Amino acid sequence: METLKQELKENIVEQLNLEDIAVEDINDNDILFGDGLGLDSIDALELIVMLDKNYGIKLSDPKEGRAIFESIEVLAKYISEHRTK
Amino acid sequence: MNSEYYISAFCNIKNNTISLNGTKVYSDENDEFSEFIKAAYKSFGTNYPKFFKMDTLSKLAFLAADVLLKSENFNGEEENDIAIVFSNKSSSLDTDRKHQKSIDNNEDYYPSPAIFVYTLPNICVGEISIKYKLFSENSFFIFDNFNAQHLLDYSNSLLSTGKTEKVLCGWVELNGNQYDAYLYLVSKTGTTTHNKENIIKFYNT
Repeated sequence: METLKQELKENIVEQLNLEDIAVEDINDNDILFGDGLGLDSIDALELIVMLDKNYGIKLSDPKEGRAIFESIEVLAKYISEHRTK
Repeated sequence: MNSEYYISAFCNIKNNTISLNGTKVYSDENDEFSEFIKAAYKSFGTNYPKFFKMDTLSKLAFLAADVLLKSENFNGEEENDIAIVFSNKSSSLDTDRKHQKSIDNNEDYYPSPAIFVYTLPNICVGEISIKYKLFSENSFFIFDNFNAQHLLDYSNSLLSTGKTEKVLCGWVELNGNQYDAYLYLVSKTGTTTHNKENIIKFYNT
């Protein structure tokens, strides 16, 4: 699980172009959207693509992402329970 | 023909150099456009994290506009009545290619939403409008070459019909590592007459 969390942090910083944020600055329970990391709606769509591409998880309803993308901790738990690759 | 409008400031970005009103304000030796524009952005100390999420055309247009508008003491704190009239040759082709690459292979079909949203040239106008709270007229024209006459006529029309107080206009061309940005601000006051000769002269600065 720790490896997955680290991998997620690295992917989020790189794929979402968070130039001013270092991987080590992201805590497992930090809120990803809104006042947390400040991710926006396009970032949410990008995360949905990342789930599909990297872990074989297809979210049919983008609204599901609201709960799944709450934090690295929640996201890692969801991926570990649903991943197909 | 005499013009009642003036070019109050202009900014050029080309050949690894950014100039404001003909004076060099940034230069480096980086041949990769993406690295050059990022280093240039950081050198001006602007704190706008969304810059890093933009495509290359938007970064080019945004930085040219930011350097120019800051020099004229505009900020994003309050609404500004400035129309935008941009033009280029390659439209959003650079980003279109990146998107195309992501959908070429049916076995590896993962188009990026963050890239797709920039597959129109006028998105760069939106980025500038968001930062500077511009709710005025805007247009983006595609020409084979820089078309001073069209920009002159169009911006004069916007000003003379009361559509706007000022016009930010010019050329923002980008294709791979080839780039050329030239933006100028047309106002109702100033000393440099807004005419075709001056528009071309500043473009070639």
